[in-house]
Amino acid sequence: MNRKHIDEIEKQMKLANEGLPEEERKFFADVIPTRVDPFNKYWEQFLNWARSRSLWMLAFGTGCGATELRPLMTSRFDMARFGIFPRPTPRQASVFVVGGYASIKTIKRIIRSYEQMQGPKYVIALGSCTINGGMYYDSYNTINRLDYYIPVDVYIAGCMPRPEALIAGFNRLKEKIVAGECEGMNEYTDKFDWFKKNQKEIIKDWNMPDYNW
Amino acid sequence: MEQLVKRINGMIHLKAYNRQRDDLFFITVEKSQLELVLSHLKNNEGFTHLAFLQAVDFLEDSKFQLTYMLYNYDIRVNLGVKVLIGRDKAEMTSIHKLWAHAWQYQRELHELFGINFPGSPRVEESFVLEGWEEMPPMRRDFDTKEYSERTFYQRPGRSTNDPKEYMKEKMYKNYAASPRIRRDDE
Repeated sequence: MNRKHIDEIEKQMKLANEGLPEEERKFFADVIPTRVDPFNKYWEQFLNWARSRSLWMLAFGTGCGATELRPLMTSRFDMARFGIFPRPTPRQASVFVVGGYASIKTIKRIIRSYEQMQGPKYVIALGSCTINGGMYYDSYNTINRLDYYIPVDVYIAGCMPRPEALIAGFNRLKEKIVAGECEGMNEYTDKFDWFKKNQKEIIKDWNMPDYNW
Repeated sequence: MEQLVKRINGMIHLKAYNRQRDDLFFITVEKSQLELVLSHLKNNEGFTHLAFLQAVDFLEDSKFQLTYMLYNYDIRVNLGVKVLIGRDKAEMTSIHKLWAHAWQYQRELHELFGINFPGSPRVEESFVLEGWEEMPPMRRDFDTKEYSERTFYQRPGRSTNDPKEYMKEKMYKNYAASPRIRRDDE
């Protein structure tokens, strides 16, 4: 194998970042994300137990469902007693609650925020809109199925789900984390091309890096 | 209010006048005289506040109806100034020099209805639709359901009722087909 071959293969293993202008591409990472496998089974079980008891929610209200997060955060329903607390930035959060309908303009920000979150990361999709479009199923501007764009761990149906339903959803998420079923991040890296294809199909003006580290 | 209408009618030709409530009136004016009427209302009659600017698509007549909603803080009266423009290559004079915030409404109308406002600042920038390639979506001949089925992935198993038929059956047994909403100047 000569040098030219190796260069070509290396080029294929990097992200093109074609949405960015030429001079800006060097500022962003072009490495395709890779799968993170557990280091040791029993150690991972312990880590999962610990993770499920310390969930940091990204306080990014993407739709009307964000209204239900306010009573959940504050004294009436008080999610802090379940070990959940909001964080203002994706870098410090581990649970992404997508609150309701996501317009194309919002899904662009959702993808950016989701990719910037550090692993292990989980997604809760709340409301009917994220499941099949809900009452906006025929809208020109809102997506119908969220799981085509980012991997989803738990759905909470309803329009809108009450804070009690959200607590039930969080408890379900905890059970799944302890059982080691929340592999959304690895699913995202395994099916990276498929997710990117779906995302670029609807986001016509892709002016961000292909993967936001 | 009647005197105001008389005064305006002395200045220009009013196409229609409609009184909906004691504090809500509508007048319809010619397209070329709109700026004159608006500046007169703002400077001399005390209608200093532009509450909103919106468009209605009359597809059957191939016309857009723009409504400039004004408010007078002294006598507490809403006045809507309506104007009809052609639907093909729709174009309207910009009023951002009268009310500076009108550029935002005009930008929205440019994006959602495809009405052009030459000279309005930042009118070409996208407002809610980033990278939109189809026809403006709020025009009535844009089939939003067909677009959604073509673009977004449907989850199978969804059942739905035609709202009109369903409500007719469940709620309005004596439902009569309602006539189309008529414009003031018809």
